[in-house]
Amino acid sequence: MHLKYESFVREPLVDGDKTYRQVTEDIVSPIEKKPGRMWYIGFFFSICLLCFGVFSVFWEVYFGIGVWGINRTIGWGWDITNFVWWVGIGHAGTLISAILLLFRQGWRTGVNRAAEAMTIFAVMCAGQFPIFHMGRVWDGFFVLPYPNTRGPLWPNFNSALLWDVFAISTYFTVSLLFWYSGLIPDFATIRDRAKTKLRKRLYGLASFGWTGTAKNWQRHEALSLVLAGVSTPLVLSVHTIVSFDFATSVIPGWHTTIFPPYFVAGAIFSGFAMVQTLLILVRKILHLEEYVTLGHIEAMNKVIVLTGSIVGVAYLTELFMAWYSGVQYEQAAFQWRIMGPYWWSYWAMMTCNVVSPQFFWIKKLRRNVPFTFIMSIVVNIGMWFERFVIIVTSLYRDYIPGSWAYYSPTWPEVGFYLGTFGLFFTCFFLFAKYFPVIAIAEIKFVLKTSGENYKKKMEVIETKSTEEFVHEQMHAHH
Amino acid sequence: MAIKKFAVACYDDEDVLFPAVKKVRNSGYKLHDVYTPFPVHGLDQAMGLKETDLHVAGFIYGLTGTSTALGFMSWIFTKDWPVNFGGKPHLSLPAFIPITFELTILFAAVGMVMTFCYVNQIMPGVKKHIFHPRQTDDYFVVAIELNDNTSETEVIDFLKSTGALETSVQVAEDSWWYGRFDKDEPYQQLA
Repeated sequence: MHLKYESFVREPLVDGDKTYRQVTEDIVSPIEKKPGRMWYIGFFFSICLLCFGVFSVFWEVYFGIGVWGINRTIGWGWDITNFVWWVGIGHAGTLISAILLLFRQGWRTGVNRAAEAMTIFAVMCAGQFPIFHMGRVWDGFFVLPYPNTRGPLWPNFNSALLWDVFAISTYFTVSLLFWYSGLIPDFATIRDRAKTKLRKRLYGLASFGWTGTAKNWQRHEALSLVLAGVSTPLVLSVHTIVSFDFATSVIPGWHTTIFPPYFVAGAIFSGFAMVQTLLILVRKILHLEEYVTLGHIEAMNKVIVLTGSIVGVAYLTELFMAWYSGVQYEQAAFQWRIMGPYWWSYWAMMTCNVVSPQFFWIKKLRRNVPFTFIMSIVVNIGMWFERFVIIVTSLYRDYIPGSWAYYSPTWPEVGFYLGTFGLFFTCFFLFAKYFPVIAIAEIKFVLKTSGENYKKKMEVIETKSTEEFVHEQMHAHH
Repeated sequence: MAIKKFAVACYDDEDVLFPAVKKVRNSGYKLHDVYTPFPVHGLDQAMGLKETDLHVAGFIYGLTGTSTALGFMSWIFTKDWPVNFGGKPHLSLPAFIPITFELTILFAAVGMVMTFCYVNQIMPGVKKHIFHPRQTDDYFVVAIELNDNTSETEVIDFLKSTGALETSVQVAEDSWWYGRFDKDEPYQQLA
């Protein structure tokens, strides 16, 4: 008898009467069927956004950075705001797949695949902004340290911007490897039940010829654990390094030591919000409510209220430090942030990020799907404003009043941002159609300990006294 | 690469699989392999497999990354092209930490995944014999390698006695080959 089971205090991770075969059926059948109307509408809309984005980028590359609204005082605007925002969103995927694996959080299995996909697509979107902000994008490869005919002249390894190049590209590569190594066995599952020749062939290629021998699984587990182990410090380092872009400068409002932990908390905060947005839609459209349960949504809402509160503390600490440091430039920077012409962005940030997540202290609201969906969007708006506040409102009133400026985006900047939404959702729609959105093998792995039907079978044992149980077990083995 | 004859048993429950694998090992038959749809903890011990050294490889790749990054940056800034950044030391180690850290992780991850693919012999275009199409779905498949001295019926009867749902005898390639999954197996025609 299978005696390893989870406490009844924990709610089941997989609802309904599931067998291994039923799990495969539930997750793979949407891939084998034609997508619904919603999918086509969404996909078409994403492609349109993507095309508009491509056109905006073409406009910017052709005419130069001058078509953007940024100026000499405010050299970073929507572009870097969007970069930091997208990278931050990516962080939740790695947190779910890596950190929660190390913490042995069983609930991650239901959401990790989609969250990791989100990470990869978000990092792809993020990368576009610094690349096209270069202006002469055709010289972009100058950031790479390759032997060249200019000396060779190397990039400056002491620069936080170059650290970013390494951090983001490493992050993308490692996330992709981690995600794909988990996908290989699931592709094999699709391949072996495929009816059409094309599907057999393509999933046969994608599955690398995986057969699931005991030794392969042993190595797979070792690989997952080590990749989780290296991804954990990696994800913390990435947003730390992104924060160095600001913190290593001497701009009042940027030059603070609190930035790395504050950025990482904010990244996880916004990332979980994006996971909620996506998964609430996916579980509804693909009918996966039994795998992404209310318990999963509640667990993620708990992370949101925790990280949202950390971010709130960081905002207050910044204010305190500005006052306590006695530096008048620092104080002025925060004064202009709160009460200057950009006051609305500061207060939008405060409302969305600090006040609104506090609703999640209430259990009823944590388990309310429509409310969570609205909140997840509110949080992401708030986190976008946080980056806008940090970047633009630290720059717009600099040392000489004569160079004070105001900044509004032009259409190519807005179009670029919308275009990354197009890229993100185009990728995500393709993922939802052709990839198993839930890690099949991992769900099967936890099914017997955390599946609703298996947990019910254990109720009999729970009601027995210890003596009774021991007696029975001894009896059974003789 | 060799074409061999196998006795194959399918189980649908890992609680039946474990005693069956133990019985196969005690019986003296040559256990070819066990195929499962998801990692079954303890199966490697039950089969007598050694622990994998993949993590050691990962550690070595990581160290390679560390030394590559540190060595390269130090060489550039002290020997190849020393630049004066506001009179700061050429060997500015604290500033090298972020890139050193990233390369350590990059090398460890890429190296490990490549080693993983190599030792498991998996790659796009690689094909292996599938004993049962449900071995990646819900079946746990045990394959015993047969030789001229083993009696087929005896092995099959033995496998049935261990609780197998389905049994069969298959002639197949025991290793991998370049092939497509939508094409029939060339080696299976011999059966």
